[in-house]
Amino acid sequence: MNLNAKIPSGPLAEKWSIYKSTQNLVNPANKRKFDIIVVGTGLAGASAAASLGELGFRVKNFCYQDSPRRAHSIAAQGGINAAKNYQNDGDSVYRLFYDTIKGGDYRSREANVYRLAEVSNQIIDQCVGQGVPFARDYGGYLDNRSFGGALVSRTFYARGQTGQQLLLGAYGALNRQIAAGNVIMYTRTEMMDVVLVDGIARGIVTRNLETGALESHFGHAVVLATGGYGNVFFLSTNAMGSNTSAIWKAYKKGAAFANPAFVQIHPTCIPVHGASQSKLTLMSESLRNDGRIWVPKEKEDAEKIRAGKLKPTGLPEEKRDYYLERRYPAFGNLVPRDVASRAAKERCDAGYGVGSGQAVYLDFKDSIKRLGKSLIEERYGNLFQMYEKIVDENPYETPMMIYPAIHYTMGGLWVDYELMTTIPGLFTIGEANFSDHGANRLGASALMQGLADGYFVLPFTIQNYLASQLSVPRMDPAKRPEFGAAVEASKDWNSKLMGIRGSRSVDSIHKELGLAMWEHVGMGRNKEGLEEGITKIKQVKDLFWNDVRIPGKADAMNVELEKANRVADFLELGELMAKDALLREESCGGHFREEHAMSDGEAKRDDENFKYVGAWEYAGPGKEPILNKESLDYEFIQVKYISRQLIPRNARCVE
Amino acid sequence: MLDVLNEQLVMGNQEPVAFDHDCREGICGMCSLFINGRAHGPDEAITTCQLHMRRFRDGDTIVIEPWRAGGFPVIRDLMVDRNAFDQILQAGGFISVNTGSALDGNNILIPKHKSDESMDAAACIGCGACVATCKNSSAMLFLASKVSHLALLPQGRPEAVRRAKAMVAKMDELGFGACTNTGACEVECPKEISIAHIARLNREFLIANLKP
Repeated sequence: MNLNAKIPSGPLAEKWSIYKSTQNLVNPANKRKFDIIVVGTGLAGASAAASLGELGFRVKNFCYQDSPRRAHSIAAQGGINAAKNYQNDGDSVYRLFYDTIKGGDYRSREANVYRLAEVSNQIIDQCVGQGVPFARDYGGYLDNRSFGGALVSRTFYARGQTGQQLLLGAYGALNRQIAAGNVIMYTRTEMMDVVLVDGIARGIVTRNLETGALESHFGHAVVLATGGYGNVFFLSTNAMGSNTSAIWKAYKKGAAFANPAFVQIHPTCIPVHGASQSKLTLMSESLRNDGRIWVPKEKEDAEKIRAGKLKPTGLPEEKRDYYLERRYPAFGNLVPRDVASRAAKERCDAGYGVGSGQAVYLDFKDSIKRLGKSLIEERYGNLFQMYEKIVDENPYETPMMIYPAIHYTMGGLWVDYELMTTIPGLFTIGEANFSDHGANRLGASALMQGLADGYFVLPFTIQNYLASQLSVPRMDPAKRPEFGAAVEASKDWNSKLMGIRGSRSVDSIHKELGLAMWEHVGMGRNKEGLEEGITKIKQVKDLFWNDVRIPGKADAMNVELEKANRVADFLELGELMAKDALLREESCGGHFREEHAMSDGEAKRDDENFKYVGAWEYAGPGKEPILNKESLDYEFIQVKYISRQLIPRNARCVE
Repeated sequence: MLDVLNEQLVMGNQEPVAFDHDCREGICGMCSLFINGRAHGPDEAITTCQLHMRRFRDGDTIVIEPWRAGGFPVIRDLMVDRNAFDQILQAGGFISVNTGSALDGNNILIPKHKSDESMDAAACIGCGACVATCKNSSAMLFLASKVSHLALLPQGRPEAVRRAKAMVAKMDELGFGACTNTGACEVECPKEISIAHIARLNREFLIANLKP
């Protein structure tokens, strides 16, 4: 497999300008001759579809929700970074670039990340132009908050609903193009497969979720903007429908899947409270600034608390174990988020967990005593309220319960500088690709990357490709055998699923997969565990293909079939994630191998052997996938290994 | 609760009840449902996905209906078609700015109180509770939230006249009723959007009709 990243030559700061001024463009009269398919309507998908429509391309945009506005970008809370330096605090494109590379633990590509930082400022302008009501100060100027503890204040925000407002901006731009006839919108439509003609992506197969009808669509190029795959863990902060199927189907058609093991875990989520729970809710990590984390010192007390026989407030100080303060006296409750996450799991696994057993306390009692209730309310009032709504306990009076949860996936389809996968004509943008966050993503950078790709990168780079496709006529899917064959293949796949007629619901199997993933491919990984995980995932996969029950019909609305399709792909992806994690014998970013840790539990990176992107190539059913490596050569910055004890906690923070 | 019901139905070899849901944290606006006679159920300022079973007593019978409004045809079971909302926004619920042509963000100064008020309106999640709860099935609160969000910002002024006219015309065309100021929408709105925005919409609409 050829992993040519196609990075333009020249100095780092000029690469993107050089690329833009020398790339091929499509002339205005020719743009309407091109059809482009965009799958997904989140920040990346909606911004790309709208921008391509404005340019004059004929765009078809797809989403599984009932409206493009519902894509899961909408749930992002914190904010979006840009190197505006409005605060005059020394920010610059270079600094944002450097922070992003460092935050990703030196596992991302210099040129891509620099470009991301470079276009970040334009994103803010664009969004303001669209009417995104970013927070302002009294002079009417844009306000910033510091985030992810960076040394500068560069995060733009719209209350706690930044993702929503940015998405509504992109959705507005998209609506304008739909009204103008440049974009045709297909809602409640799920992508089933990529159609290749002579090895080039020329379309997709879709399933109409209302009628069950399978259709195929032609595009001179296909863009996947389908988000992350965190739901492989069943419980995550993702939306219920978020799935990996589009990129997984592309992988099986020849697109390399890069760094699947890199997932991000957030330490302060509201814990699982029952077997029927379907998702997890995130709470801002800022809570750890004033809250103290503890579990009971004695197992018997933990048992009593779990059984409801003892209240946490009734447990005297000397019987509490403030385990982060005990183990990491220098940082206490402010240890890096991966350390905090792993420590919580370790205590719970050892039998000291509270609540359902998978939770620890985050106690504000001392802060309230020290600072007063009103100050705590001012700082965290909305979070306390949210917690109370969900858990029905008052965190001012009794300690909060928290537990880590899967939040974001840095891995995704491998793309080159032009955001094209290893399949010609198939592009991937936003969380669905792997390109910018390395092994860990900085806070407020996901929104930035989605919009950078959609507004300011893809609309240029896709033209460099399309310019070479002028002689390719618009194809009629009804007349091309490749489209018919792909539809038949999807039909057979659905029939195979429907034909199992077993005894288990899709959700119950998905939960088993999630447990295996969480246990073995979660935040602390080791060789034995990963090998056991692979075995378990295979067992769950067998169980699925032998015993899943899907009522209803394939050619009608069928929610269970939709779920089954997604879980079938998660089962395969889960195994690849475990393999990737097994092979990467180092700890970096969100990936922690217990064998590769410092004596104090800190991650131990291995730049000598693992400073590469692991891009997996599908080898066929039943065959072992092939690992291809893209070496990461740092031309412009020095790769440093700094013990993280020296880095402020929030330097790795994410929201 | 519906997940549990559906699990039972699947195990009993029956088809599950179709209902819309996605983010399950009250922001995507996908969930709907009239529960015990109230949009998003018996609690304030939440969506259905944020309604907990502890709001009910053990043994209670819970009545669940889909949104019922002419503008929202039922697709199946509890699932309705809210495409009309997209169409209303496509009629003009945006600012016409091409990618790349915007000025520096700080070239447009916006007084904080205006920006905050705009944000209050922009919090709308497009769920349709306002329509479902309105006896006239009016979409005025939905419309007003978008018109108000954009009309309060200087960037939104150039198209304000056209926007208000076009969106109201589209709403009427799609079969939503008129507003009679009963205020039910405001009570059931999960984001607590005020009907004061409807007053602003009416003002914008009036001005639009006075201008040629």
